[in-house]
Amino acid sequence: MSTTNILVVGIGGQGVMTATEILAEAAIAMGHDAKKTEVAGMAQRGGVVSSHLRFGQRVLSPQITPGTADVLLGFESAEAMRWQHMLKPGAITLMNTAKLVPPVVELGLFDYPDDPLAEIRKTGNKVVAFDATSIAQELGDIRLGNTVMLGAIADHLPFPAEILLDCVLKRFQKKGEKLVELNRRAFAAGRAAVGQAEAAPA
Amino acid sequence: MAAVMPAPAASRHLMSGNEAVARAVWEAGVKVAAAYPGTPSTEMMEVVSTYPDVYAEWSVNEKVSLEVAIGAAYAGSRAFCCMKHVGMNVASDALMTLTLTGVIGGLVIAIADDVGLSSSQNEQDSRYWGRFAHVPVFEPADSQEAYAMTLAAYELSEQFQVPVILRMTTRINHVKSLVTVGERVPHTGAGFKKEPGRFVMVPGNAGKRIPLMFQRDIALRAAAEASPLNFIEDGSDKRVGFIASGPAYMHVKESFPNAPVLKLGFSCPAPFDKCRELAALVEQVVVVEEVEPLLETELKAQGLKVLGKEILPLQGELSPNVLKPAIAELLGEPVPATTPFAPMQVFPRPPTMCVACPHLGVYYTLSQVRNLNISGDIGCYTLGAGHPWQAMDTCVSMGASMGVALGMDKGRGESDKDKRIVAVIGDSTFLHMGMQGLLDMVYNKASVTVLLLDNRAVGMTGGQDNPGNGRDIHGEDAPRIDFAKLVAALGVKNERIHVVNPYELPVLFKTIREEVKVPDVSVIITDQPCVLIKDYHKLKPFEVIDDKCTGCGNCIDVGCPAIHVTRRGKEVKASGKEVDLAFVRIETSVCTGCGLCVQPCAPKAIVHHVPTAPIQLVKGGCA
Repeated sequence: MSTTNILVVGIGGQGVMTATEILAEAAIAMGHDAKKTEVAGMAQRGGVVSSHLRFGQRVLSPQITPGTADVLLGFESAEAMRWQHMLKPGAITLMNTAKLVPPVVELGLFDYPDDPLAEIRKTGNKVVAFDATSIAQELGDIRLGNTVMLGAIADHLPFPAEILLDCVLKRFQKKGEKLVELNRRAFAAGRAAVGQAEAAPA
Repeated sequence: MAAVMPAPAASRHLMSGNEAVARAVWEAGVKVAAAYPGTPSTEMMEVVSTYPDVYAEWSVNEKVSLEVAIGAAYAGSRAFCCMKHVGMNVASDALMTLTLTGVIGGLVIAIADDVGLSSSQNEQDSRYWGRFAHVPVFEPADSQEAYAMTLAAYELSEQFQVPVILRMTTRINHVKSLVTVGERVPHTGAGFKKEPGRFVMVPGNAGKRIPLMFQRDIALRAAAEASPLNFIEDGSDKRVGFIASGPAYMHVKESFPNAPVLKLGFSCPAPFDKCRELAALVEQVVVVEEVEPLLETELKAQGLKVLGKEILPLQGELSPNVLKPAIAELLGEPVPATTPFAPMQVFPRPPTMCVACPHLGVYYTLSQVRNLNISGDIGCYTLGAGHPWQAMDTCVSMGASMGVALGMDKGRGESDKDKRIVAVIGDSTFLHMGMQGLLDMVYNKASVTVLLLDNRAVGMTGGQDNPGNGRDIHGEDAPRIDFAKLVAALGVKNERIHVVNPYELPVLFKTIREEVKVPDVSVIITDQPCVLIKDYHKLKPFEVIDDKCTGCGNCIDVGCPAIHVTRRGKEVKASGKEVDLAFVRIETSVCTGCGLCVQPCAPKAIVHHVPTAPIQLVKGGCA
């Protein structure tokens, strides 16, 4: 089997690295070899984070070569745009519509792109956008956004969504049934959001 | 971190290179482990500290950490020490003599090279230390190898009574991959036995040890030739054979699956015969090494015809998208495109200071005081060089803010003869290597104002404890240094020492402005904790009353990432000058109520936020 390349991007503090780790755990649960790596820099301070996950029979280099990513999971709009060249031509981006504007833009030194979604579409790559932040807020806690994002990618993996869901819920087992249930709902909501967006005409 | 039950032997885990090394340190029966935090090495010691039966410490700097490890190894115990690449610059004084005494208990020094400078002031190749200090170097290529090579390094260390360097890079330290772990084997040392000819390195004794070191080099090279860590994988495409180590090996295998490869794990002293063996198999040899042409130069000196940095970059990682085009060009093949289309233009997103960071007030103030040259240092506060403050003019090495400030003071030229010299340094950096510089300033009668930003943590590496916050590596109570007393003991006059709250801008401004005028050494200590550690307490958030906001943008100049522009405009002043306006809002969900932005707001548009609905928070509710 060939190697699957998943790119998870966002900014420091959004939970990008944890989400990628859970994806890696799911791949391992499926019996794959897996490597996960970040180009993070001083990511804790609101910088750019791009997390690479590669899995398959045997993974050598941990880095995804530009132009070979199978799926891009974007936690933030401009960040999803920043990494489009990493995707295989025509591959899919699953993107949170949230916009996190950095101080350099607030200071007027740079502009935030007007419409990242439209820019991504221009490349010919597929893109599905959804508001993970609002979905999480409706479920009662903005921090569920991470699980919403994982739900969003669940039907774009070469293994069943339930494997990923199990790995997500495992993280909350010790914290009580209420949290497990909330995360189950967040995961389902993420899946549904992408499913609906894909079904709707572009 | 609290001690946890170690995972059972033979189980398989997704581990970073750092976690894998820590596990092996524990399994090897190491008794003493010491380090100073530094990206990308930090997690090694953090994780070691969670294992039982290992003494682990945060040392004040890398040199001390190595000396602690040396003492334990002299006493016959197994010892471990780790650091980032620049850490060895500090520790090398000890290393260069340690190589003469050798060790009794095994000693492994893990050095993490930040290849690609994700969080460092330079890029260095720590493999040089192996050559310089005549000690063996191991280079793992993934987490499983990091684990296995750490165990093998302890065996080699004791076999040859020599410290072993485990050379890692960010792409090993921080990459997570599967590791099958093993059993812990306790190791008991015999205790320190006095042997002055070996352990007291005065000239007469040290001189006698040098020939032994050279003999050891010969024996180590033979060991490298025979080591299973160095092996050739033959391949069908004989046009190019590769010699690679560390992460470069994985990139080579990924890029050229059919090429013969000599994989070096025990890379110093280099196994020249093995390299010749590969050369005999192929038409030409390319040495793929991060960063310097080290092995390449040695092989050329051996008369081997190899290529290396003629076709590969001298800087950064050698990932497949670097290797494939280089080799295609060498073979006269069409060079593959590195990306399907050019990366899209998106604004940069440099790291920022945190919401409510106590350094914000300091840099906002420094940016408002004129006529300063500001010598900076290494930590979160290095971000003060960036927007909007641009209030740091130099950054060299740990503690350098002190000496550089003194030199700037004494070396003034025509343009800066009236400038005030300020040095900015964090608490942990000050304890690491700044104290000596301050003493030097006092002794040599400098005219410098030192801002000692005490946020009670090693902030940039993740808030590790240090002697300034009264907690040890396990988070337990430890003696806490009193910075005011410390700087007084170094000779700073009591009237020149001020402890201020960095959230009180008028006090900070007045103190800095007055002290920079005094031709003496002053120390202004700020005393509020890092917002990411448990000592920090959040206050009620603020919000902006939109009607009152005049768009002056003063609050934006504080640099807090919780402040966002809602709309922009222009205003023509009475003088006829057109000014830009930026009306703002505060992201109340992240505002911690520090009040910094409130102070420069002339129209008093920033007030405490009154929530419209109770904030719902579920404890631990995020993945």
